[in-house]
Amino acid sequence: MYGEYVSKKSNEKTMNNLLEIKNVVKTYGDFTALNNVSLTIPRGSVFGLLGPNGAGKTSLIRIINQITMQDTGDVYFDGKLLAPNDVEHIGYMPEERGLYKSMKVGEQALYLAQLKGLSKSEAKKRLKYWFDKFDISAWWDKKIEELSKGMAQKVQFIVTVMHKPKLLIFDEPFSGFDPINAQLIAKEILQLRDEGATIIFSTHRMESVEEMCDYIALIDQSNKIVEGKLDDIKRAFRTNTFQVGIATTNPREVEAKLKQLYAVSPADFRIINEGLKLNVTLKKGENPNDLLSFLTSQGQVQHFVELVPDANEIFMQAVNKNS
Amino acid sequence: MSKLKLIIHREFIAKVRNKSFLIMTFLSPVLMVVMGALVVFLMKKNDEKVKEIVYVDASGLFTKENFKDSKTVKYQDYTALGLTETKKKVEKGDFYGVLYIPKKDSLELLAKSIAFYSIDSPGMSLMDGLETRVETHLRNLKLTHFEIDLMQIKASEIASDIKMFNFSGEESSKLINGLKIAVGAIAGYLLMMFVMIYGTSVMRSVIEEKTSRIVEIIVSSVKPFQLMLGKIIGNASAGLLQFFIWGILLFVISIIASAVFGIDMVEMQASKIPEDQLNAAKEAVNPDKLQLILQEISRLPILKLFVLFIFYFLGGFFLYSSLFAAVGAAVDNETDTQQFMLPIMAPLILGVYVGFATVINDPHGPIATICSIIPFTSPIVMLMRVPFGVSWYELAISMALLIVTFVFMVWLTAKIYRVGILMYGKKPTYKDLYKWIKYKG
Repeated sequence: MYGEYVSKKSNEKTMNNLLEIKNVVKTYGDFTALNNVSLTIPRGSVFGLLGPNGAGKTSLIRIINQITMQDTGDVYFDGKLLAPNDVEHIGYMPEERGLYKSMKVGEQALYLAQLKGLSKSEAKKRLKYWFDKFDISAWWDKKIEELSKGMAQKVQFIVTVMHKPKLLIFDEPFSGFDPINAQLIAKEILQLRDEGATIIFSTHRMESVEEMCDYIALIDQSNKIVEGKLDDIKRAFRTNTFQVGIATTNPREVEAKLKQLYAVSPADFRIINEGLKLNVTLKKGENPNDLLSFLTSQGQVQHFVELVPDANEIFMQAVNKNS
Repeated sequence: MSKLKLIIHREFIAKVRNKSFLIMTFLSPVLMVVMGALVVFLMKKNDEKVKEIVYVDASGLFTKENFKDSKTVKYQDYTALGLTETKKKVEKGDFYGVLYIPKKDSLELLAKSIAFYSIDSPGMSLMDGLETRVETHLRNLKLTHFEIDLMQIKASEIASDIKMFNFSGEESSKLINGLKIAVGAIAGYLLMMFVMIYGTSVMRSVIEEKTSRIVEIIVSSVKPFQLMLGKIIGNASAGLLQFFIWGILLFVISIIASAVFGIDMVEMQASKIPEDQLNAAKEAVNPDKLQLILQEISRLPILKLFVLFIFYFLGGFFLYSSLFAAVGAAVDNETDTQQFMLPIMAPLILGVYVGFATVINDPHGPIATICSIIPFTSPIVMLMRVPFGVSWYELAISMALLIVTFVFMVWLTAKIYRVGILMYGKKPTYKDLYKWIKYKG
């Protein structure tokens, strides 16, 4: 278990955390969607909420958005129990999203901004800023049904962030975006974080997690199974395995010698010269330098890399272990 | 602006800006009046075509006196020519038809053997006119046969118009009863139409939010209950607006129409009635009677009716549209709504049936009374009863029950709505809906 990361975090001052979820349980009839889930989301971070489909991510997000209520447990927002007015400080872009098709872009954005508590004049000012920034001012009087999907997604992003929420929740934000727009949105999300917003980022696309998240939590079958800083978790999931490649005249002999010292398995990776390619796993306490010096004594070392698990592997490992 | 106000405003604007709303609002009163005027115009044209009918009287009992020309029918005596020849003339198209009165031994036998020949089958009113003429003369012949003085019979005819009073001192008459039925029926029917049209409009609006997937964004800003309530109020406002515009338009257009076409409203009503009754009606509408009608109309509790119409419209609309909203939330598209629509529509339609069938015969009978108190039928049935005078306690019970029920239904359907708007995929069963009601938070 990786409980030590949780306890390390909860030692920090509460005010450093924008959102704290404590022992939340949510059931729908006989089905348990969230089983005693606790999470701590540090202020100013990008927090990746990961998990397979149906794990309970959306249930948790809906509780944070007060769309549904938890059965038991507490949610603290900005140090206080989550209250109805807090919706004005949260921006939410659901996975299944859309806009009123027959409503004009500008009117619609104004309406949604006012629902988030902005005055009409303030909303207009902010919208002008964003529309200029994305260079879409010409769309103001167009109806959503006249826009392409990518264009509508930009509008969608703007209405999510325009009230400058403290907490932004993006559920699969890149689905439906082409790579160029996805890049643009990713950049904007990171900039919003740099300006002080806290971001919850729910996805099962792991490459974007590596790129964006400072912290992650993994939810599987209604339970949280991993939580912490992405780097810490990676460290915890490292297996002390090294990918090595050496050019030698007698690969069989070298392999046999290595097998006597370490756990060895065949590896497949690309190096320029042909040679022996192996995965070598060190036991706890063994020094990788010893392995390296042994290898240099056997031939020319061409490749020596520690296998650090990426988010995807952590995800797979944790989920497999859990089930 | 509070969030509820924002939602109401958006729903109202979205509804009112819709093209179908504009068309319905401004075109349908024009259409109604134009159609009405057209019908009157065509009937007038139709009436102007005079039918020529000849008769062949073999019995020798009838004279030209018995076949006086009317506005639309002219009679000629062709007895001299004989039936066979006259028939040929009819076949050639010289006349519309021929009435043949054979010679018989008794008047009874004669009455059964009179025949009419024509190329087209004649209309009801024409045949009625012929029968009346024949019957009147034959009856007079019989009376003379019994040596009864016709003058005495004429002199003994007397018309009675029983005046009806209730104990609040209102005088009424059959005429005003007819008026009351008309006013009640129109109000009840109008209410049903409005509830259906605007109820389905609420449902469509819910389905639209669901299919466009904006609903999750909205409910992350407002409570689902607020959204549902805003929708219902927004649509109700649009409905009331339409109702007022119709009222004003109908008034203005009928004034213009009557000026342009030269048709007064009394004639418009009367034109649907067959010829003979028309004459009777025209007799009835002499200046004195017209005065009376206007008096009676002004004596109808117009203000009370108006206020109650608004109350029952809003009450009925809240009750039904909350159900429509729940149905909209439960399904993903409009084709899936049918199984849930029937139980909603049934009481509405029942209300109208009960209204037309029982209120007209016996406005204070047990079925009418019960249905005017049960909230699901009360808006329609009570509106139909109100012109006849309903005791204040019945009104109070009916109104109180309606309020209690709609508050309860809005609360209950909000629970289905709250869960339903976020559910996609499988079409829910009634069992699912029951489960949703029981979900916490």
